[in-house]
Amino acid sequence: MPSSLPAAVRNHMAALRMLLVLTVITGIVYPLAVTGIAQAAFSHQANGSLVHQNGKVVGSSLIGQNFDLPKKNPNDPNEAPRPDPKWFQPRPSAGGYDPTASGASNLGPNNPDLVKTIKERKAAVAAFDGVNPKDVPADAVTASGSGLDPDISKAYAYEQVDRVAKARGLDPAAVRELVADNTHSRAVGFLGEPYVNVVDLNVGLAKAK
Amino acid sequence: MNDTLAGWLQIIALLGALALSYRPLGDYIAHVLTTAKHLRAERVLYRLGGVNADVDQRWPVYLRSVLAFSAVSVFFLYGFQRLQNHLLLDIGMKAVPPGTSFNTAASFVTNTNWQSYSGESTMGHLVQMAGLAVQNFVSAAVGIAIVAALIRGFTRRRTDRVGNFWVDLTRITVRVLLPLAFVFAIVLVAAGAVENLHGIHEISTLVGDKQSITGGPVASQEAIKELGTNGGGFYNANSAHPFENPNAFTNWLEIYLLLVISFSLPRTFGRMVGDNRQGYAILAVMGLIWAASVALITINELHSVSSSAGHAAGGMLEGKEQRFGIWASTLFAASTTLTSTGAVNSFHDSFSPGGGGLTIFNMMLGEIAPGGTGSGLYGILILAIIAVFVAGLMVGRTPEYLGKKLGGREMKFASLYILTTPAIVLIGAGTAMSLKGERANMLNSGPHGFSEVLYAFTSAANNNGSAFAGITVTSDWWNTALGLAMLFGRFLPMIFVLALAGSLAKQQPVPVTSGTLPTHRPQFVGLLTGVILIVVGLTYFPALALGPLAEGLH
Repeated sequence: MPSSLPAAVRNHMAALRMLLVLTVITGIVYPLAVTGIAQAAFSHQANGSLVHQNGKVVGSSLIGQNFDLPKKNPNDPNEAPRPDPKWFQPRPSAGGYDPTASGASNLGPNNPDLVKTIKERKAAVAAFDGVNPKDVPADAVTASGSGLDPDISKAYAYEQVDRVAKARGLDPAAVRELVADNTHSRAVGFLGEPYVNVVDLNVGLAKAK
Repeated sequence: MNDTLAGWLQIIALLGALALSYRPLGDYIAHVLTTAKHLRAERVLYRLGGVNADVDQRWPVYLRSVLAFSAVSVFFLYGFQRLQNHLLLDIGMKAVPPGTSFNTAASFVTNTNWQSYSGESTMGHLVQMAGLAVQNFVSAAVGIAIVAALIRGFTRRRTDRVGNFWVDLTRITVRVLLPLAFVFAIVLVAAGAVENLHGIHEISTLVGDKQSITGGPVASQEAIKELGTNGGGFYNANSAHPFENPNAFTNWLEIYLLLVISFSLPRTFGRMVGDNRQGYAILAVMGLIWAASVALITINELHSVSSSAGHAAGGMLEGKEQRFGIWASTLFAASTTLTSTGAVNSFHDSFSPGGGGLTIFNMMLGEIAPGGTGSGLYGILILAIIAVFVAGLMVGRTPEYLGKKLGGREMKFASLYILTTPAIVLIGAGTAMSLKGERANMLNSGPHGFSEVLYAFTSAANNNGSAFAGITVTSDWWNTALGLAMLFGRFLPMIFVLALAGSLAKQQPVPVTSGTLPTHRPQFVGLLTGVILIVVGLTYFPALALGPLAEGLH
């Protein structure tokens, strides 16, 4: 480097060169190496744990979906979605299970709108599943952090069994067994919470009919 | 297994893993920072970078290197975002607007990772991996470099040299962060995180809806995002997003990663000053504050304290993921706000007033328990200097820490350090509240709305990056104000730390006498904890009273 340049300029030139060198290592080589190994050794996970039905991708086990009835008017963006009784229902989502708009409601713990929404959801879920509003679990009436939560609590899953079985004309015991098959206990025995994966459960349900 | 037992076990397992890492990782970082030998690969990097790796720098030269590197990084990252639509792997994303580009550049270079954008709809893959994630590495390394210089101030005598910034930066990146990130990125993928170069592709769901599945080199970014206490999510939902954090095991691992370096650095400190007990004393203070915070936030959330929404729902699950539940969310929340990480696996805006208020308080502590990589340790060492000074005043003796006298010059730098961040937070939040248009950007009203504004400036100035995310911060005013808060909050304190390092390095150590305050005993642990809580409490009490306290008592 020409030493005739002022010290400050030389300093910034060195800084830029160091940044570029480190960018190549940590910004190009590192992620590509991880991607290469991930694709070679763990391609299912690395590509989003996709689930298939009849050879076609129908979603990801990790990303929740809506299970609503078709809209009466497909061109009306304001039409309220109606849950389809034939499917297990996921948690409420602040972003309508759109992976390009993940996120939470961010409503405060005493926000009157949130309190009202929760009470309305509780009444709606209780009526839909034919249970006492007092028994509706918290996860059924609260929006998740990601807006993509594919999971519900065991309590909320079992609450839905009779409704789903009736709508499909299936034996409730068989549906209950499907729920058990898709129930995950705590990771490593003690991490997090037990949960039921709604996407996998509904894929199983689709096969059962 | 019942919830409480499982909750305790995950905390105990975390403590066990951190305890096992303390000595090997701390000793290794000390070795990396002190060995005279360069690796052959590093010599190549120095030659390519055109830097002289064999000179020891005086503190102003060290500082100028830090500032030059950071300034160049801000410009580079700004340009990168502005031009992303002309580059490879843009996956159809447009050029990022100027205000957001500035804010994001400042945010990632300062190790804040505040995000005024939504990752999945703004950033192409190349900017994410070769722009943002690069700063995840180097901004973390800069933090450790600064604390290395400060520790050398204590260990060296009668010199004006505090080390070589380029060597510290390169070694921390290449020998510490890169290998760890690599291993844990692979572990994250194996456990379910995504890692690919796909764009957004549309699928048809079970009921026939269209859904856009996103792709990206996520796990490689996730690993360094936690390890370097950065926190900038690949996706908007950050570590709540199932592609970033697919299950409770990855969640636990991510908490471990975001704590492990900062909790091991006291060992590095003890090792370098030649007295491991000094490291244990600092670790004890960090651990005490961390444990208290985890406990208090968890209790507030478990019992829906003062939350009408929580009582209506039957549990504080708004903004939390089912697979994590309360315990794994509060453990993450406490850890991310006590370090400078700011990643979130649950949304603090919907926490109970006490739980959310504590996440703000955690950041107000200056992120020292255990704090950001490097910045946590230099932050708590400054507070240790204040504590020694306070003790010195009580007995009327010139205070000294680790054999170095703390005279007027040293105390001026320490005081300036302590005053900088609160000044930025309180002036920033006050200004925003006094401007009608800016105040209107809060989502919630009343005290909770004020908490959103206070949280934003606290998070920016302390380089945390998490948010009470209801607030809309995409306007030019907010992007600029918070961008400046991040830059001043990062680099002004660094100037004072390096000046202090230079001043300490010049001194000849004074011998330990019977009158010297021992700084490795429980008495000092108590003193330092007390000083931290009192200094922070007195500074921020009025602001906290208007926000979370008012809401909690309502």
